[in-house]
Amino acid sequence: MTEITPELVAEHGLTGEEYGRIKRLLNREPSFVELGIFSVMWSEHCSYKSTRIHLRKLPTKAPWVIQGPGENAGVIDIGDGDACIFKMESHNHPSFIEPYQGAATGVGGIMRDVFTMGARPIAMMNALRFGEPSHPKTRHLVSGVVSGIGGYGNCMGVPTVGGEVNFHKSYNGNILVNAMCVGLARTDNIFLSAAKGAGNPVVYIGSKTGRDGIHGATMASAEFSEDSEEKRPTVQVGDPFTEKLLLEACLELMATDAIIAIQDMGAAGLTSSSAEMADKGGSGIELDLDKVPQREAGMTAYDMMLSESQERMLAVLKPGREAQAEAIFKKWELDFAVIGITTDTRRLVVKHKGEIVADMPVTALSDAAPLYERPFSKRPPATGTPSFDASRPVMASLKKILAAPDMCSRRWVWQQYDYTVMADTVQMPGGDAAVVRVHHSNKGLAITTDVTPRYCKADPYEGAKQAVAEAWRNITAVGAMPLALTDNLNFGNPQKPEIMGEIVSGIDGIGEACRALDFPVIGGNCSLYNETNGEGIPPTPAIGGVGLMADLHRMATIAFKREGDAIILVGDTKGHLGQSIYLREVEGREEGRCPPVDLAAEKRNGDFVRRLIEAGRVDTVHDLSDGGVLVAVAEMALAGNIGADIGVAGTAHSIPFFFGEDQGRYLLTASPVEADRIEGELRHAGIVHAIIGKTIAEKVLRVEREGETSLSTLRAAHEGWFPSYMSGEEIPPTN
Amino acid sequence: MKSAVIVFPASNCDRDAAVALEQMTGRKPHMVWHQECDLPDVDLVVLPGGFSYGDYLRSGAMAGQSAVMRAVKAHAKKGGAVLGICNGFQVLTESHLLPGALMRNAGLKFVCRPVTMAVEETQNVFTRKYLHGQQVTFPVAHGDGNYFADEETLNRLEGEGRVVFRYAPGQNPNGSSRDIAGILSEKRNVLGLMPHPERVVDPLLGGTDGRGLFESLIETLS
Amino acid sequence: MKARVFVTLKNGVLDPQGKAIGHALNGLGFGAVGEVRQGKVIDLELSETNEAKARAALNDMCEKLLANTVIEKYEIELKA
Repeated sequence: MTEITPELVAEHGLTGEEYGRIKRLLNREPSFVELGIFSVMWSEHCSYKSTRIHLRKLPTKAPWVIQGPGENAGVIDIGDGDACIFKMESHNHPSFIEPYQGAATGVGGIMRDVFTMGARPIAMMNALRFGEPSHPKTRHLVSGVVSGIGGYGNCMGVPTVGGEVNFHKSYNGNILVNAMCVGLARTDNIFLSAAKGAGNPVVYIGSKTGRDGIHGATMASAEFSEDSEEKRPTVQVGDPFTEKLLLEACLELMATDAIIAIQDMGAAGLTSSSAEMADKGGSGIELDLDKVPQREAGMTAYDMMLSESQERMLAVLKPGREAQAEAIFKKWELDFAVIGITTDTRRLVVKHKGEIVADMPVTALSDAAPLYERPFSKRPPATGTPSFDASRPVMASLKKILAAPDMCSRRWVWQQYDYTVMADTVQMPGGDAAVVRVHHSNKGLAITTDVTPRYCKADPYEGAKQAVAEAWRNITAVGAMPLALTDNLNFGNPQKPEIMGEIVSGIDGIGEACRALDFPVIGGNCSLYNETNGEGIPPTPAIGGVGLMADLHRMATIAFKREGDAIILVGDTKGHLGQSIYLREVEGREEGRCPPVDLAAEKRNGDFVRRLIEAGRVDTVHDLSDGGVLVAVAEMALAGNIGADIGVAGTAHSIPFFFGEDQGRYLLTASPVEADRIEGELRHAGIVHAIIGKTIAEKVLRVEREGETSLSTLRAAHEGWFPSYMSGEEIPPTN
Repeated sequence: MKSAVIVFPASNCDRDAAVALEQMTGRKPHMVWHQECDLPDVDLVVLPGGFSYGDYLRSGAMAGQSAVMRAVKAHAKKGGAVLGICNGFQVLTESHLLPGALMRNAGLKFVCRPVTMAVEETQNVFTRKYLHGQQVTFPVAHGDGNYFADEETLNRLEGEGRVVFRYAPGQNPNGSSRDIAGILSEKRNVLGLMPHPERVVDPLLGGTDGRGLFESLIETLS
Repeated sequence: MKARVFVTLKNGVLDPQGKAIGHALNGLGFGAVGEVRQGKVIDLELSETNEAKARAALNDMCEKLLANTVIEKYEIELKA
């Protein structure tokens, strides 16, 4: 029997106070196995102990929301009996230690969260933040993460349709790998994790259990230090082949009515899946670990309860259905074992070699888990309007921005992802939002991931609002109606009041934007302790949004389509340069106030643009975000290989006009006659707008008083940076 | 035209192939599980893309040894049409229905993008509806598509007019010898190609260049 | 009986992975590294105790599955 010492308690990431609480709940000292179980269930990753009281403030309901936060993933109704199930989750720490496997298992984990609810995954997205390009580890991390995402997703046959890649020195020691999965199910065949009723068999399906990833959940809840790289053995190895079999086998079983509840074994494996299922079902669970399929000899109860071996699921079946289920799993050559039974005791009981090794109330792991109202202090947001050198030539700045690591084409990345498998990808990576068809229908889902960390750093509240607004805007820009989002809240150490202040402000900002835009949060994940050697990342609340497109033939893309179209700028352009890409890339400064989001204008402008697309009057739209008007025009020209001739509207200075990052804006094109009509309607609706130019036959971007640059020159700048950086040809510029 | 799509454990373009076949022929193909020893009575067998057995060991290696492949070989021997797309092409070389081998891409990375090819042969059941020399664009999505064969085999393939699809200059995505994208068997009834014709039969998804292949099969096999 | 099978690319077949490894080693300052070829090692446990029979079975395994003899060659090592 292992003696529980204060050192052992600390190694399990529990405080002395938390250990006292465990003893009170059990009325005795815990066994070693019980200590392990408490440590993972009470970790930040599983218990949300620092954020739960704040997350409760988020709006999670709407008439179309079928399932909000609290299950493996959220569910929305998309009509015709179809349901869309989605979630985003982080795998930050494992990906820093072993980028390929960390990213791959992150993809595998989020897919299981979605298919455990009865959905076939139909699209993947990801949001990646790396350190500065010149950091010695960055290239290796980018290469490993991208191939890990591709390696897993491609084998699963689920298209990876887009995402984000940013570089900044504040992620040098703590990269972010957030993966989102979107799946489709029928509204009458959704599976939840509540293990209701006593006397039902608990079955284990999937891969065998090994010693992989023991204490991954506690690792994800602790700060990094230099020696974490020695924690390598805790990294799990993904097996997408087995996951593909598991997906098909689960969907086959789900087509029967044998399942009462099902949940994937993700972080904290068998422990969290059994405890959470019993908790939600108001039941108890008794497990016999001798029945667990094991990959290695001599595994202890502790190993088995804490293993994070991948590609495993736990299900509760109706009694008598074991043989039917087993036949399906044998067909797919997967392990299947009845390892326990549900009880009415409300206790989690674990037996191994004839002995009870753990016996505790289920609520001790859930409701009685610590809940902290951590002290927080909100630092004042960055303010001020930065100066700029008014004499800099606009076209040279444009070229520089298009070639910047954060702004250049991500083709090198997404060409490693199979984005066309399943033959339903209608809008591929590179646009405002990806669009995938709902199979065998004429409707589609628009999907995006967004956050602008430099805004969040300047002002965590406005930055979080902006992340939600930008996701909403990107979905709108393709012509879809934004329905719901999942958030992935990446922050530093919540025990520091200033970091806790960022978390509180971030959640408040998300909440305000969600309410104003009728865009509820239906699931998410918190990743805290993203720090290395005491230095935190900028607040990075990544937002994954999903919208519904009723008719795929009424869709907009960013590419210019015809010569002679008028280019209309919708929304108010004040020329906001604070925290802009221009300021950072051209002036070399990160300062000033970040652009505020006027949520009423955001909604009014977006609803107007979406109606034009839905009516089939506009097919070319680009939202304005990083880089501002001129970068957007260049991207539209490059995508369509059609030139443009534009100028400043009004009397503004060209630099803030072309590069300011005011929010709530779109560019669209229409024939001159249609543009006239649209202008009238914009005036009538009270929306600030301007016609800033037209598309032209020559393959150039021409800017009044600034000269012109050929599209081929811009394309070379835009496409060149990523491949040359990754091949190591070029010493990258530092920010 | 009656068709069958073989389903290996981790095939993942089986549905795409079935959808394209149904859309083009109006008939649902038979879906045949890899452990079956017999094929239904069909005119065309499709080996779809995917990762068959996880592509562990070598892409297509274990699928090449599966029970159903004996039936596929018998079908081919009788002159029946066999189409192997991507992983299906790898399975065809591993089971020696086609010569050569598909190695790791020269760039060492998975590559997904549209590629333009020339249709170099139209005297066969797969491409007769294309014009000789016609340029077509299909997407590729593979990590092991680098076609390799010894010089003698390559010369024979070219001499016998068995190189059906060749990547256009500058378009070779994987380092394939002599820009080969797709080849025929000696009897011209087995075609293997890396690009995906079944992903370009619907204008909504970015092109219809793949239709000619299905139209050719329908014309000859119906 | 235990067996170890080495599968390597035939001479003359381009090995981009080996080339990349060589390039990386040179980059790390191992200038003395010339050509690099990458292969696979497969360890097998066999119930067969007769060495000749085991070797024959392994040969068959290599020809049928473990190696693709269009591009690869193999070597077998047996340990009692």
